[in-house]
Amino acid sequence: MYQLIVFLPLIGFLIAGIFGRVIGAKASEYVTSGLLIVAAILSWIGFFSIGYGETAVVKEPVMRWITSGTFDVEWTIRVDTLTAVMLVVVNSVSALVHVYSIGYMHHDPHRPRFFAYLSLFTFAMLTLVTSDNLLQMFFGWEGVGLASYLLIGFWYQKPSANAAAMKAFVVNRVGDFGFILGIFGVFVLFGSADYDAIFANAQGFAEGEPKVVLDFLGYQLTQDAALTVTCLLLFMGAMGKSAQFLLHTWLPDAMEGPTPVSALIHAATMVTAGVFMVARLSPVFELSHTALTVVTFFGATTAFFAATVGLVQNDIKRVIAYSTCSQLGYMFVALGVGGYSIAIFHLFTHAFFKALLFLGAGSVIHAVSNEQDMRKMGGLAKHIPLTYWMMVIGTLALTGFPLTAGFFSKDGVIEAAYVGHNAFAMYGFWLTVAAAGLTSFYSWRLAFMTFHGKPRASVDVMKHVHESPLVMTVPLMILAVGALFAGLVFAGVFMGEGYEGFWKGALFTSEENHILHDIHEVPLWVKASPFVMMVLGFAFAWLFYIRSPEIPRRLAERHDGLYRFLLNKWYFDELYDAIFVRPAMWLGRQLWKKGDMATIDRLGPDGIAARVQDVSSWAVRLQTGYLYHYAFAMLIGVAALITWSMFSVGGAH
Amino acid sequence: MSNWPLLSITTFLPLVGVFFILLVRGEDEGAKENMRRVALITTVFTFIVSLFIWGGFDATNPGFQFQESGEWLGASIGYRMGVDGISMLFVILTTFLMPFCILASWQSVQLRVKEYMIAFLVLETLMIGVFCALDLVMFYVFFEASLIPMFLIIGVWGGKRRVYASYKFFLYTLLGSLLMLIALMAMYWNAGTTDIPTLMSHGFPEGMQTWLWLAFFASFAVKMPMWPVHTWLPDAHVEAPTAGSVILAAILLKMGGYGFLRFSLPMFPLASEMFAPLVFTLSVVAIVYTSLVALAQEDIKKLIAYSSVAHMGYVTMGIFTMTEQGVQGALFQMLSHGIVSGALFLCVGVIYDRMHTREISAYGGLVNRMPFYAVAFLIFTMANVGLPGTSGFVGEFLTLMGAFQVNTWVALIATTGVILSAAYALFLYRRVVFGVLDKESLKSITDLTLREKVILVPMIILTILFGFYPAPILDATAASVGALVTQYQAAIEAAQSTAMLAQ
Repeated sequence: MYQLIVFLPLIGFLIAGIFGRVIGAKASEYVTSGLLIVAAILSWIGFFSIGYGETAVVKEPVMRWITSGTFDVEWTIRVDTLTAVMLVVVNSVSALVHVYSIGYMHHDPHRPRFFAYLSLFTFAMLTLVTSDNLLQMFFGWEGVGLASYLLIGFWYQKPSANAAAMKAFVVNRVGDFGFILGIFGVFVLFGSADYDAIFANAQGFAEGEPKVVLDFLGYQLTQDAALTVTCLLLFMGAMGKSAQFLLHTWLPDAMEGPTPVSALIHAATMVTAGVFMVARLSPVFELSHTALTVVTFFGATTAFFAATVGLVQNDIKRVIAYSTCSQLGYMFVALGVGGYSIAIFHLFTHAFFKALLFLGAGSVIHAVSNEQDMRKMGGLAKHIPLTYWMMVIGTLALTGFPLTAGFFSKDGVIEAAYVGHNAFAMYGFWLTVAAAGLTSFYSWRLAFMTFHGKPRASVDVMKHVHESPLVMTVPLMILAVGALFAGLVFAGVFMGEGYEGFWKGALFTSEENHILHDIHEVPLWVKASPFVMMVLGFAFAWLFYIRSPEIPRRLAERHDGLYRFLLNKWYFDELYDAIFVRPAMWLGRQLWKKGDMATIDRLGPDGIAARVQDVSSWAVRLQTGYLYHYAFAMLIGVAALITWSMFSVGGAH
Repeated sequence: MSNWPLLSITTFLPLVGVFFILLVRGEDEGAKENMRRVALITTVFTFIVSLFIWGGFDATNPGFQFQESGEWLGASIGYRMGVDGISMLFVILTTFLMPFCILASWQSVQLRVKEYMIAFLVLETLMIGVFCALDLVMFYVFFEASLIPMFLIIGVWGGKRRVYASYKFFLYTLLGSLLMLIALMAMYWNAGTTDIPTLMSHGFPEGMQTWLWLAFFASFAVKMPMWPVHTWLPDAHVEAPTAGSVILAAILLKMGGYGFLRFSLPMFPLASEMFAPLVFTLSVVAIVYTSLVALAQEDIKKLIAYSSVAHMGYVTMGIFTMTEQGVQGALFQMLSHGIVSGALFLCVGVIYDRMHTREISAYGGLVNRMPFYAVAFLIFTMANVGLPGTSGFVGEFLTLMGAFQVNTWVALIATTGVILSAAYALFLYRRVVFGVLDKESLKSITDLTLREKVILVPMIILTILFGFYPAPILDATAASVGALVTQYQAAIEAAQSTAMLAQ
């Protein structure tokens, strides 16, 4: 059954990709969507049979892959509770996005290609989450990167889309650089890339007699340090894929892709791959306190940084993109303090409400003739009420309104940060609390600017505003159900009393890790703080965008520098352009013109050719025709020869 | 068929084709068509025959198989042929690519068709000979002789600066060959034989190994090519006709890597150990340097040529890690690069035939009119980038893994190639394929013809097949590589224990 879950999307991709032109757009849509719906239903069955059943791990070998010496990896499907959760997330959202796209992409002439890409992405993501070894994870990891590249650049006539696609791929490759080195590190330390072998050895490995196990860049590392280095290298991969601080720049640009893509790839699934990776490798990360501290630091920084940038963006999709970036930061904070199940729970609930928000935004964009700038929206609530209410539900869940999905998971993260033991746990706590307020502000700002106030769109656009067809709104409603109730229903098993029976060891926590117990004993003010921040954020948003809309402008004028700093995303793009992109191009040109041409060629082949010509022209000049010239030259030659032979013979004795 | 001299048949079969082409009279269209057909049939037939070698190959046997020997030049220099896991697949790669080269030249070569086809068939014989020869002198003859047809192919059927390019190519390679010839003589005087299997277990004195290693290195490093003797390659590629580029990138470069594995490592293990840091340095410099240079290129073929140099950097690095992963990765990388870079040059040929320019800026938005082409080019670009699921990944990954176990600095710097290759390859793809098709000259460009699809589709299939299921290649090479690594380590340990005793 699990093989079916993984391979149905692949079949959909092949059919739509190869025969799309023959069978037509309609057939491609139905085939891919149909297969995905089947896969989604099977995933839920798997989720309940694994999560609520007796079996902890199911493994289905597929075929051999790479064998070389002692290195041996196979294609194997491995399903435990962690994978089952991811299967549900990936396939549910993917199926809904497929269906939604039937409506959203209605006018596009390249629909077979679009649906083929969506299914290809889903397949790659499924191989990632069902991987049984690090290399297979890396396959899925790069596979989703490829699909993301293709989908961001789907409208290939737009130069901005092409640039964004390339940027996404290259920045992700920077992360993969770390990931691949991390895989080597794991292989050197544990002699295998299979999870079972790694996990079985990890605990004993760390507790063994300290000895040098890895020579890294000239440093002789013992077990502890070697584990930390390996974990950090792997985490670098996670930072790239999950758009964490410093490697986040590709995510906002990725919004150039069609909106359903943003919902599926850049909100619910692919970007959470980094979180999944750290959780999957919890038996290794748990052994390196230092690595987890770094994870906390980057998570918290991202959560706060992205939220500040989200405050001032005007593109509806970019606001949600930064929100995604920020929420991923939350997940990493939870991972960093050892709350793996909390992170995965936030991943789970986030998938519902963030996909809902994105698809809702898509519905808005669809309604206002592909306008994405919120400054040209406003007053849409009464024209598209269904979309409006769906967006409100998504916003409530994102901001953590009591009893919605986000309430359970987000508060869990903040409380976990409070009780966490590493050096950056408190840093994480305060920044996530602050980010909660910012989240609430920008989310309500988005809602108010889009749906409330006076219409700012042109009359022509307003005339055409229409509610989306059922094929788009039904997926919204299904996601809304998840956004409202996923927390209430599943909080108990993910991070409450049902923990042991549900996870069955899929996530590893060491003896000293009591985080799930401790979060129930935090002071009341800690429990209340996210709620207070949410209310404050809402109040400010209401004040700024409904009550007195002139305040934001005055604030922006008074704090011009700060405003620009935020609007330009802390100038990361400009910085990277100045220190990486342009120097690389410059260096390339210099090495080519100055290195290859002016040095190697001049001294090498061209030089030799020139010398040969020189010598031959001398030879021509020497051939004067006078006999005594030749005789003289011969004499000198003979003299030199005799002298040399005498000296060398003398030297030998 | 088991007692047939399969290797000799495969090697010299193309010469039969040459004979038939020489029989064709006349210069009209019909005669040209006949010559092309003869060449195609010969190469296809050679490929089919060579498959019997793979079929009958015993992957568990690390030694030489299909051995043949006979008298040749007196008693000591013999006619000896044989393949092991290291050389066998190169033979297959050569015979596999040849028909595609003939097909790719079907329309683009109209001048001197007879001579062109003869040059290619002779080249095929010589290249197969290099990989099959088990005698030092025979190897040398094949190795050097293969220069001549290539020199002619570039110099006669090449582009505008073909004479400069062919001389540069010749000058570089000649320099290396002369040193190798001297080394060959020295080896014969020392060991009294030119039989390669004997020489592999001969054990040259340590001091001599150093000089022999350097002499061979001069030749192989130019062939690979390694930095800083790589500058002939971009020029040669740019000027060569499409099929010439394919052979150059896919086979001729691999002779260098093959040479390292056949001679340098087994015959001069101590020198190899001593010079490994030098090779590592040149390799990582090549990877970073040429990747950066590739980023700045304005000519499609030059860009791919520089990317070839970078990929060969992984090969040399992998070989000298002397780990099973490193050497097998290097072998895999060479075979995969043979298919992928060959296919990339064919892709360039497709648009060059239509537009007669290789300037990147002359293109843009090809996907609008050439969707099949865009897909094919994308797959090979991704393989070039080393995306898992394509054959390009397996070799790159294994060589890096080998390097990491030996020296993390080397692995770290070489792995930056993963980022840089993505940058230059996708940058190229974006400029050529994506975007709006607004250039007047491109508005009537047509998608792949049936002949071009027949060329590219098998390569697509192999690229993806070996990405998901590399076992056929890895299994065939495993035993020989294992033996090579074991013997090498034994030689090093023996030398160390002698040194200990001397103290």
